Amino acid sequence: MMEDLERLLREHDFLKGLSPEHTRLLVSCAKNVRFASGDFLLREGAAANTFFLIRVGHVALEVGVPARGVVQMETVGPGDVLGLSWLIPPYRSHLDARAVEPVVALAFDGTCLRGKMAADHELGFWLALRLFEKAHARLERVRLQRIDVYGAP
Amino acid sequence: MTWIPEPARVLRVHQETADTFTLHFDVKTGGCRFTPGQFNMVYLFGVGEVPISISGDPSEPEALVHTIRAVGTVTTAMKSVKRGSTLGIRGPYGNGWPIEEALGKDIIVVAGGLGIAPLRSLVYLLLNRRSDFGAVTILVGARSPADIVYRAEIERWRRRADATILVTVDHAGRDWTGEVGVVTALLDRVPIQADRTIAMTCGPEVMMRFTTRALVARGVPSERIFLALERNMKCALRFCGHCQYRETFVCKDGPVLRLDRIEQLLWQREI
Repeated sequence: MMEDLERLLREHDFLKGLSPEHTRLLVSCAKNVRFASGDFLLREGAAANTFFLIRVGHVALEVGVPARGVVQMETVGPGDVLGLSWLIPPYRSHLDARAVEPVVALAFDGTCLRGKMAADHELGFWLALRLFEKAHARLERVRLQRIDVYGAP
Repeated sequence: MTWIPEPARVLRVHQETADTFTLHFDVKTGGCRFTPGQFNMVYLFGVGEVPISISGDPSEPEALVHTIRAVGTVTTAMKSVKRGSTLGIRGPYGNGWPIEEALGKDIIVVAGGLGIAPLRSLVYLLLNRRSDFGAVTILVGARSPADIVYRAEIERWRRRADATILVTVDHAGRDWTGEVGVVTALLDRVPIQADRTIAMTCGPEVMMRFTTRALVARGVPSERIFLALERNMKCALRFCGHCQYRETFVCKDGPVLRLDRIEQLLWQREI
């Protein structure tokens, strides 16, 4: 069972390149989870203590806008990460994350993961750098979205 | 190719989105033979002439198709064109997409907004001659679900098992069940064998800058990335200089240009 979970961790894009020792360290924080279409993985304002690695399906990141209803900001899918707020105090989600189809993911306990990162700085640096790369890529996408390139010239 | 506009009768007008429409023309004997990526100068008599990409199927040259977005004086006036109207057509001009170079290679097509129009004829060719190419991936981005040009046709393409077609929109409500995010995010969703890939992109210039950067980051060499530029073309014959992109005349040397030959210019403002 633990070996299966370790294999799933090794196969996910986000953890590719992590040493086998460090991958094994993360197994104790992880579980394989499933969500039905319409289920929420994260809720805006709620405690954020889970970090997801999406394996199957798509998740919509949404925010409720008064008078406009729910606006989808972005969708994430297989190979993507979901949730960064578990790493940053006060550990509250800033968006809703809703499964738009059946989703399978690896879910890491945030407290457990922070503990591992603090105890092993090499692991902590590796994970922090990968998360920064993901945040940087998302920032780049948000910039392009913000420019509204398809609007009137 | 002709220097004088030939009268062409409109057979059909199809409204694609709120501001974008497609004109189907009846062209005389021999039709309008073209290479995907080429454009015609389309003349609304008494108003003006504009360069418009050819969006039809290159294997059906008798059916000349142009998709137009109403943004300027001439294209806005073209909204009043109806079935039976006559417009002037001269062309085709420009170089078109590098079909010969693409034979046998994996193809990635990235279209943003109305950038799908000059790429549609290429997509027809890729799908019609599917066995001539490796993996075919078509990535389409639009502002919102209501702004997706050729939406029904793209849905039909998506049902094909021999090509990967992904669509995303920048903004959507909950009624949209597809991908949301910028078109460059789709590049992360697809496998790329950089050493055998050729990429072709068209869309707003800033979108192409982000796209080419993402392609290069995935290992695709800049000499195998092609983009179609849009410029203010008047003569389309390399005389007037309106479309000049430093030493490049987009009307004649382009509109399809290889990234490594222009990438320094792409980052300069006001060129």
